[in-house]
Amino acid sequence: MDPQAAKLIGAGIAMCGMIGAGIGVGNIFGQFLAGALRNPSAAGSQIGNLFVGAALAEALGILAFVMGILIWIS
Amino acid sequence: MADPLHQFQIQKIVDLPDVTLPLVGKVDLAFTNSHLAMTIAFVVVVGFLTLVTNGAKVVPGRMQAVGETLFGMIDGLTESIIGHDGKKYFPFVFSIFTFILAMNLLGMFLSFTATSQLAITATFGVITFALVVIVGIVKNGVGFLKLFWPTGAPLVMRPVVGLIEFFSFLLRPITLTLRLFGNMMGGHIALKVFAGFVATAIIGGAGWFGILVFPLSLGMTIGLTALEFLVAFLQAFVFAVLTCIYLNDVVNLDHAH
Repeated sequence: MDPQAAKLIGAGIAMCGMIGAGIGVGNIFGQFLAGALRNPSAAGSQIGNLFVGAALAEALGILAFVMGILIWIS
Repeated sequence: MADPLHQFQIQKIVDLPDVTLPLVGKVDLAFTNSHLAMTIAFVVVVGFLTLVTNGAKVVPGRMQAVGETLFGMIDGLTESIIGHDGKKYFPFVFSIFTFILAMNLLGMFLSFTATSQLAITATFGVITFALVVIVGIVKNGVGFLKLFWPTGAPLVMRPVVGLIEFFSFLLRPITLTLRLFGNMMGGHIALKVFAGFVATAIIGGAGWFGILVFPLSLGMTIGLTALEFLVAFLQAFVFAVLTCIYLNDVVNLDHAH
């Protein structure tokens, strides 16, 4: 296989790590909504936790994204 | 199609002569577009905060209310996460939050986003990490190592969990750096890719298919622009929250959890 093509395919495959981040962030926000609708009065105080959880889950996907970009431009 | 990575290139605006520093070696001094974006961000932050506190009244006007909301948000954050010691760390968290927020938001207006440069976000990550380590050692001395000794786990498991805790502690500056960098770079690449589709469709690069591509891509660009404004605020906020959480770990080490 042409090395250039293999590199681009590899960069694309590396982006698959973002699937997990998508599932994780979706799960966090979905669970938050489910909880917030059951007890709306407690929802406001948990916004901070919500974003921290989403950020932590997203960071792992970003690692895969950065890896993909590094393979692409290197 | 135009190169979506072109926007991240560092360009020299004013070239200054190189200097040779003792340990570092040769340093290329130049006033670049990254430098310019950061300077504008600095001027915007200082100018905005001077404007809102200039002639402060007991009953705030419109501008003062904006500044007080921003101030109160970070004040509440440090207070609720770090506790009554939080006031001491408020200046650091507030300055890092406003500076990142200004750079993120200016990236939406200028053609260059300072926080999409790895060197800049890495500097913020390292500063935060160094502050956490220094505060931890100054406040707790050797007791700082208790951070890696989980008392909640069974005794047999403690070295293993402690080792994992240690490595996740070392990963903190890297995740702080890459989260901000990846979010800003990814968002701007996506924005430019869809904007490139619009341009391609307009000049007829996609043929008659362009009639379909043009409205879809234009709608996507508008939607992504709105999303980017949210992300710009959110990433600055998340950076501030995580700084508070990491500081809380070492400030309240003795009576935590």
